[in-house]
Amino acid sequence: MNIPLTHILFVSTALFFIGMYGLFTRRNLITMLMAIELILNSVNINFVAFNKYLYPDNLNGVFFTLFIIAIAAAEAAVAIAIIINLYRSHRSIDVEDVREMRG
Amino acid sequence: MALDFLLLMKQELLITVIIFTLLLLKIGSDLSNAAVLNVANGLLLLNLLAGTVGNQTGALFNGMFFTSPLIVLEKNILSLGTLIVSLQSSSWLKKHEHVPEFYILLLCTLLGMYFMISAGNLLMFYVGLELSSIPLAAMANFDLAKRRSSEAAMKFILSSAFASGLLLFGISLVYGATGTLTFSEISSRLDGAPLQVFAFVLLLAGFAFKISIVPFHLWTADVYEGAPVAVTSWLSVISKGSVLFVFVSVLYTVFKPLAGAWYNMLFVLSMVTILIGNLFAIRQNNIKRFLAFSSIAQIGFILVGITGSSQPGTASVVYFVLIYVFSNLAAFGVVALVSSVTGREQVSDYKGFYKTNPVLSWVLTIALFSLAGVPPTAGFFGKFFLLMSGAGKGNYVLITVAALNMIISFYYYLRIVKAVFMDANEQPIERLAIPVYPKLAMFICVAGIIVTGLAGYVYDYIYSLSFGF
Repeated sequence: MNIPLTHILFVSTALFFIGMYGLFTRRNLITMLMAIELILNSVNINFVAFNKYLYPDNLNGVFFTLFIIAIAAAEAAVAIAIIINLYRSHRSIDVEDVREMRG
Repeated sequence: MALDFLLLMKQELLITVIIFTLLLLKIGSDLSNAAVLNVANGLLLLNLLAGTVGNQTGALFNGMFFTSPLIVLEKNILSLGTLIVSLQSSSWLKKHEHVPEFYILLLCTLLGMYFMISAGNLLMFYVGLELSSIPLAAMANFDLAKRRSSEAAMKFILSSAFASGLLLFGISLVYGATGTLTFSEISSRLDGAPLQVFAFVLLLAGFAFKISIVPFHLWTADVYEGAPVAVTSWLSVISKGSVLFVFVSVLYTVFKPLAGAWYNMLFVLSMVTILIGNLFAIRQNNIKRFLAFSSIAQIGFILVGITGSSQPGTASVVYFVLIYVFSNLAAFGVVALVSSVTGREQVSDYKGFYKTNPVLSWVLTIALFSLAGVPPTAGFFGKFFLLMSGAGKGNYVLITVAALNMIISFYYYLRIVKAVFMDANEQPIERLAIPVYPKLAMFICVAGIIVTGLAGYVYDYIYSLSFGF
């Protein structure tokens, strides 16, 4: 059975917007971080699909995916360190509790 | 071949060596903070000087890495800014317990910016961008015990991760539409199809987040207010400047075939950015928030310059960033000194500042005049060339809006000058001793503000380098 490219692009675009929706509606910092991971993974699906279906003679897309995975891990590490430090001072990881600065 | 490699990548290699030197210094010895600061400032000065030796055009790693005299100049502007930020922050860092770590993070971001500016490939560009923004989030949290500092870092890492998500989705669509990641091949394969325009919009949104163009500016003021002043000045000048350099070259070279589309987008974005930045700057009471919104308005003016054609556009943006380094860092130098000694950051705290600190008042005033664009200072010439570049396309609506907004911006810059010189204050900021390093930094900044504007060959030199960009 051969799955057409548009189906895969539909999945990745849906994943992208689910991630965006999660980032804007969730108030827990860890969940927001997970939403960002969804966005990055939708990009990964895009790259692999384009590479496999449209340009099978080079591996640019697959290599880009590997880099995105590594950098997303680094980003998550720093973000979690910041969230832990935030929890020490605020005793909460809910963004509603972290709003001293506004205006 | 090996020598070529060393010469073309000299700045990147030197920064890497400096990072490892500081790392070994951190592990292998327990120098006092003052000694570490001396070593770090010396190394940064060395980096700045080494950047001026020998600059040629060339590509490395199969076109991944590209350098030219203009790119070397852009990197030197960033090195100069780094040195100034480092000198200014010494009075804050002296009391901090993690000085080598601060410099390691700072130089990692600088290394990322260098690679980003030199990138000839979207993969290289993305890796450079992330290297320049992830350590920055850790730096925003550098006042570990302060609640506002963690809040700023949290807001920064979430918005920058989201921005890179948008940017990546755009890059993936560009890859899907063209089948390549190399800049030169992308520009030859773009033809203005709707998918490509959509991909460009996502890329533009990612860039707009990083340089805080208006619909994507909401993180700016909070991060600027919460982060330590040294990091704020770094964010507002160096980090923004580096992304601007890349933005200009990507627009003019990679997305040249879509010029009709991005011209209209930038037309709207620049007007909105100037207007919103100005209106919000008027009502700020915290001086860091005020500088944040004023920097948003300045970005709007830069966008006016970018709407022009490629050579004057590139030249005026690089020239303006150079001036912006001097004028904004002079303002931040005074704010950093006051905040590190007294902890006061409100605009009302600066009332009667002239009575107690005449020298600092003059530095602040010259910096604000330059930011506003009062003629003898360099800021006037910077804005003049930006508007002239924008006017080259004959879009006088945009130029009129920008010029009217310059008048609005006079109001809020001069409001601070008035508070400093004219307003009475029961408890003015006490008389501050200026240590050697901040004094040197302020001297460089003020000299830069006065000289860069009046010495006409600076712009001519940048203009000649921007040819064919």
